Amino acid sequence: MKFINAWYFPARLAWRQLIHDKPKLTAAISGVLFACVLVFMQLGFKDSLYASAASMPLKLNGDLFLIHQQSEAMWRPTQFKRSELMRALGHPAVVEVAPLYLSLTTFKAMDTQVKRTLIVYGYDPDTDLLDIEAIRKMKHALRIKDNVMFDEYSRPEFGPVRQMLEAGQNRTEVNDYKVTIVGIFQLGISFAADGNIVTSDLNFLRIFPNRSANDIDIGVIRLHPDAPIAQVKKELREQLNDFVRIYTYEEILEHERLYWENTAPIGFIFNFGTVMGLIVGMVIVYQILFTEITNYRFEFATLKAMGYQHGYFVRMVFASALILAVLGFVPGYLLSNSLYYLAESQIFIPMLMTPDKIITVFVFILFMCAVAGFLAIHRLKSANPADMF
Amino acid sequence: MVIEVHNLNYSFGSGALTQPVLKGVNITIQKGEIVLMTGPSGSGKTTLLTIIGGLRQASNGSVLILGQQLVNSTDRDKVKIRQQTGYIFQQHNLLKSLSALQNVCMTLEMQYDLTEKERQNRAERILTAVGLGDRLHHLPEALSGGQRQRVSIARALVGQPKIILADEPTASLDRQSGHDAVEILKQLAKESNTTILLVTHDYRILDIADRVVELEDGVVKAVQ
Ligand SMILES: Nc1ncnc2c1ncn2[C@@H]1O[C@H](COP(=O)(O)OP(=O)(O)OP(=O)(O)O)[C@@H](O)[C@H]1O
Ligand SMILES: [Mg+2]
Repeated sequence: MKFINAWYFPARLAWRQLIHDKPKLTAAISGVLFACVLVFMQLGFKDSLYASAASMPLKLNGDLFLIHQQSEAMWRPTQFKRSELMRALGHPAVVEVAPLYLSLTTFKAMDTQVKRTLIVYGYDPDTDLLDIEAIRKMKHALRIKDNVMFDEYSRPEFGPVRQMLEAGQNRTEVNDYKVTIVGIFQLGISFAADGNIVTSDLNFLRIFPNRSANDIDIGVIRLHPDAPIAQVKKELREQLNDFVRIYTYEEILEHERLYWENTAPIGFIFNFGTVMGLIVGMVIVYQILFTEITNYRFEFATLKAMGYQHGYFVRMVFASALILAVLGFVPGYLLSNSLYYLAESQIFIPMLMTPDKIITVFVFILFMCAVAGFLAIHRLKSANPADMF
Repeated sequence: MVIEVHNLNYSFGSGALTQPVLKGVNITIQKGEIVLMTGPSGSGKTTLLTIIGGLRQASNGSVLILGQQLVNSTDRDKVKIRQQTGYIFQQHNLLKSLSALQNVCMTLEMQYDLTEKERQNRAERILTAVGLGDRLHHLPEALSGGQRQRVSIARALVGQPKIILADEPTASLDRQSGHDAVEILKQLAKESNTTILLVTHDYRILDIADRVVELEDGVVKAVQ
């Protein structure tokens, strides 16, 4: 009870003082709201970047994966010899190995004829290297010469592919090579490429005449269902050359994520944006709290003369900060929610308002306001009752 | 004795700029006594009042308030005295974002043993006693100067303090409202046997006093 009152009374006074000056309250709330929206957007873009970058590896269907050690990320692989992958077959736990070919290249939009870059994946359709039902259903069609499938989640600049297919138009050029689009699947784009195409390994080599079947980008290994993956990985590690890396499914996801977070400057840019948003918000809240204390210092001195102690005013300042945090967060969240929706519908970047993101931003905003309150407290010293009357 | 000040010296500044204000003040006030203090401007009346009220630290002589020595005392001791003292300021010093009732309640919110209802009732009763029963929910800006000062009197009295210290409470009021305000103060104080030390330049209110003293040249003298 004592503890509750020790916070309740100063918080109530803080609240009454805040709502007494509506214009200033509005200004303070706008400051928090601004910071809130900025942080939500930064986190939203960052998460969607990572989620998008992981959309392909997430669908990979295998137990162990080989990539060249110089492959920084999947969209810019270094090739290695297919024979290296074949050597893995020597291990008794290995059931199947399959190469995955991929390359960035141009795709001519069927309506505007404009060329844009996307990624082409090629693999033997029977191996189901990508765990996507739509592709699995089309494996026979993909075997036929020059047939490809198109990712519906590609950017709209590639044209309304689904509608054009329905209208009977399905011929275009990939890497200046004529192909036929025979179907559509859903994967998702990354910041490295604006779209995806999947085809068979043979068609892939037709589209890229200077690529060889012996130079592969990713090697996929499947094990017996009950084989100990970590153990097999260790044993393969000893057999294979040092220039290939072996990853488990989780590790290859992590490898992609770390690339975007650390190697690419994009992760840094988003973190920087988040910190800047918080600093701007903090300065605004600090400024408001500071002038608030300055304006109310006579009242504080009066309360001190009545017997109120320093701790009461400290709690009051923190309560003000907390109230501002909540009042700014709620509209900030609502606005961000609409902006997420807008981003998703206008620039086709999936932005998810997840509970952990909401909590993260709220904690950030609370922290920001608490720091502002902490900085403003020193101003309380100016309220000395003896010099006021 | 409620207030016992002996040989109190106090100066502002330090070194060559030292300006002595109180030079051996002696004053003793009994329980329930109403003492008025006059004196020329700048003679140190406010300074003495802030020392007695535990707002300012004195470092020599003796200042015994309710048995508590305030010379070289700790913050905690001073806060204890502040909580048992009702201070009425020259300017009303009400909190401008709070209604009359809420302002008066501020005195009671330091005691956690009362319920919200009890606090409100006590505040309402005292505001009615000072003639503001119909102005409970007005903000200070919507009250006249005299009404504000009466809220301020109610705020000082509601905690049932042992001592009331008032610094020129009528200075900003006209003759009639000034007289009304101190009359109410006197009446309520007498009912609860509260000690009052009131600084004033206002000779029209001297009649409420049991005793009048004057602060001049840094010492307190009795006035006949
Ligand atoms: N904070 C301060 N710093 C320095 N000097 C001060 C301070 N406060 C008051 N003084 C000086 O101390 C002297 C006494 O001031 P005080 O306010 O006690 O006078 P007073 O008797 O209350 O006057 P008044 O009737 O005008 O209110 C004055 O000369 C004043 O200039
Ligand atoms: Mg004075």
